[in-house]
Amino acid sequence: MNTPLRKLAIAVLLMGAASAMPALAQRTDINVGMVLEPPILDPTAGAAAAIDEVVYANVFEGLTRFASDGSIQPALAESWDISEDGLTFVFHLHDGVRFHDGTTMDAEDVKFSIERAQAEDSTNAQKPLFAGIVSVEAVDPLTVRFTLSEPNGNFLFNMAWGDAVIVAPESAADNATDPIGTGPFKFVEWVQGDHVELARNPDYWGTPVRLEKATFKFIADPTAAFAAMMAGDLDAYPNFPSPETLPQLGADPRFEVIVGSTEGETVMAMNYNSPPLDDIRVREAIAHAINRQEIIDGAMFGYGTPIGTFFPPSNPDYVDLTSLSDYDPEKSKALLADAGYGGGLTLRFALPPVATYARRGGEIIASQLRAVGIETEISNLEWAQWLEQVFHGLDYDLTIVSHTEPFDLEIFSRPDYYFQYHNEAFNQIIADLAFETDPAKRSALIKAAETNLAENYAAVFLFQLAKTGVANAKLHGLWENSPTQANDLTAVYWEE
Amino acid sequence: MVNFLIGRLASLLVSLIAASVVIFVVIEVIPGDPASYMLGLNAQPDTVAALREQLGLDAPALQRYFAWIGGLVQGQFGISYTYRVPVAELISDRLWISLPLAVYALVLSTLIAFPVGIWAAARRNSPADITVMGATQLGIAVPNFWFAMLLVLAFSITLRWFSAGGFPGWQAGLFEGVKALTLPAIALALPQASILARVMRSSLLETLGEDYIRTARAKGLSRRQTLWRHAVRNALIPVLTIIGLQFSFLLAGAIIIENVFFLPGLGRLVFQGITQRDLIVVKSVVMLLVFAVIMVTFIVDIAYAIADPRLRRQR
Repeated sequence: MNTPLRKLAIAVLLMGAASAMPALAQRTDINVGMVLEPPILDPTAGAAAAIDEVVYANVFEGLTRFASDGSIQPALAESWDISEDGLTFVFHLHDGVRFHDGTTMDAEDVKFSIERAQAEDSTNAQKPLFAGIVSVEAVDPLTVRFTLSEPNGNFLFNMAWGDAVIVAPESAADNATDPIGTGPFKFVEWVQGDHVELARNPDYWGTPVRLEKATFKFIADPTAAFAAMMAGDLDAYPNFPSPETLPQLGADPRFEVIVGSTEGETVMAMNYNSPPLDDIRVREAIAHAINRQEIIDGAMFGYGTPIGTFFPPSNPDYVDLTSLSDYDPEKSKALLADAGYGGGLTLRFALPPVATYARRGGEIIASQLRAVGIETEISNLEWAQWLEQVFHGLDYDLTIVSHTEPFDLEIFSRPDYYFQYHNEAFNQIIADLAFETDPAKRSALIKAAETNLAENYAAVFLFQLAKTGVANAKLHGLWENSPTQANDLTAVYWEE
Repeated sequence: MVNFLIGRLASLLVSLIAASVVIFVVIEVIPGDPASYMLGLNAQPDTVAALREQLGLDAPALQRYFAWIGGLVQGQFGISYTYRVPVAELISDRLWISLPLAVYALVLSTLIAFPVGIWAAARRNSPADITVMGATQLGIAVPNFWFAMLLVLAFSITLRWFSAGGFPGWQAGLFEGVKALTLPAIALALPQASILARVMRSSLLETLGEDYIRTARAKGLSRRQTLWRHAVRNALIPVLTIIGLQFSFLLAGAIIIENVFFLPGLGRLVFQGITQRDLIVVKSVVMLLVFAVIMVTFIVDIAYAIADPRLRRQR
């Protein structure tokens, strides 16, 4: 063998060895895929789920937090006392908590964060969470007292939202682009349009995370997302946009497919006050014309659970009311004839830009409605158009949206909400629920609310979105379910 | 010449002002409010109002138009509604991907098209020419996003030589950056190279039929010498015009390829801006592209005038 060739052979061998080395070492980084890029990184100033998907529990923390099973756990508050009348909550904060810029987190920061969210000029997208708070006092640096105007059974739950995280007065204004929180990861960089990088916070007050680096990459195109997984560019994609490829990924020993539950009730809203939909017979007829399983199979590749009301089946308080609106085209036709629409009916159907449930699901629903004599005029809208025309303008007959906020039954009681559902009995239940703190009574009220919506055909309740994700088989500790839209990486680690 | 220049400059200014008015009006007419988009389904009306005020969306249209133009003249494009960072920063970040990608694709397409086009023209109607014509026809017909997916399948998923997409940023090093742009540049270059090769071929064939080529051959130059010394140079003029057009297309029109390879380029910035109603970004990027096209036209006009004195005298 001549010398240049031998040199080449050695070089090739060395390169092979070098590229094999990282595989042997324990990995401490993760590349997570996301469909949408967050517009900003401040969870208290925008509604985009993508914000929480990056920063919730990773960068920012609240007094309480959601666990993967949806339960409420202590976070910055290690414990709390609730007064007899339910009007005073005293939170005891963890000692030695620091923001990523080195400043101390104390009761004054809690007071500041809540008052900032409540303020007149606040741009907090979930401002109603803070509605009943009369005052926040810093009793001492580690004790905060909240006074409420009326008892609130949801209070600890409300404080767990990403919109209620604790921020510092020194850094709050810049959190949109340079988030400073108290979490186990701190913000490193954001290449707009491409990725956000986080690194382990060495001064974290709680259990330190095992990952040293976490990168969130924004890959919206389903084909590109699949390619990025297959090429090994991504280690996990918790809300995978290409459900049709999940069987293929599942069959590959490198990957694990994770199917969990979400808080996303997919609902076909019917403009409740606008004729002919103000007639309960017409609404009931539409409900009986819908074959839920066909939509789940056709639009969602089989992922999803049929629901009969506006509540997640994974919740113990869920009541199965699907029988009130089971698939029965004959009954549907009879109801339509009874309501005076035996000769047919035409409705406008506004579809937001969600390829799966809205656009594909909408086509399936349109054909199911046609089978009972209801024609639909489909208009495909962008989100901004949808918000203007449907959500604010109330100019629609039917539309489909998945409502992904946790415990959001109360939106049906809002007078100006796009459902246009106005029902005194329902509003009373929601009002009672806000005061009620006894678990058994709360459960009964929630069930009554569910039944009210189903019996009045407040909307067509289609199915609960499934959380369909895919991850490297050696990766552990990712959230299986989605009690809030987040990618909590605090417990994630690589198998040895 | 001075009169000509003043005339051209005046028309440039008028075009720019007209374009700015059209862009502003069109964007005003688009339905959808950036503030309600950002705050989502659970926001209260007063929160939306607070955000609208913060974003400066409440001022009268005329006032906002002049504020926008005033900013543009000073090089200040405003702050993005969604990202809350200066628009100029967003554009320059994206430009650092779109511009190298466009140049890379153009270089590749030229490197492929020139030899192929010249080779085919020199062997007109031979099997080689017919093969090239067939192949370039295919190159034009194949959608570039589909070709891009095939590239990903072969080089990222099967061979694992390249990432399936994304851009690590130039701070990761020149090699990493160029590597990340390679597959997208190939996908973009293929149809452009096919078009260019065909233009090169037909332009060269036309030139080869000219009298001076016959004269050159009569003077005793070989076929090869005639081709390279006289024909190719003269055939380049229409080809360069096409290259110019392709460049502006590649700069702004690579959006589908940017989506396939999830590259944060200029095209995707506009697309995102439109869906998220980040209108200030859309306005500014479109205006910038209009400015670039008008400037290129202006420079070409001047160049023509320098090359061809007849154009100057007409004015």
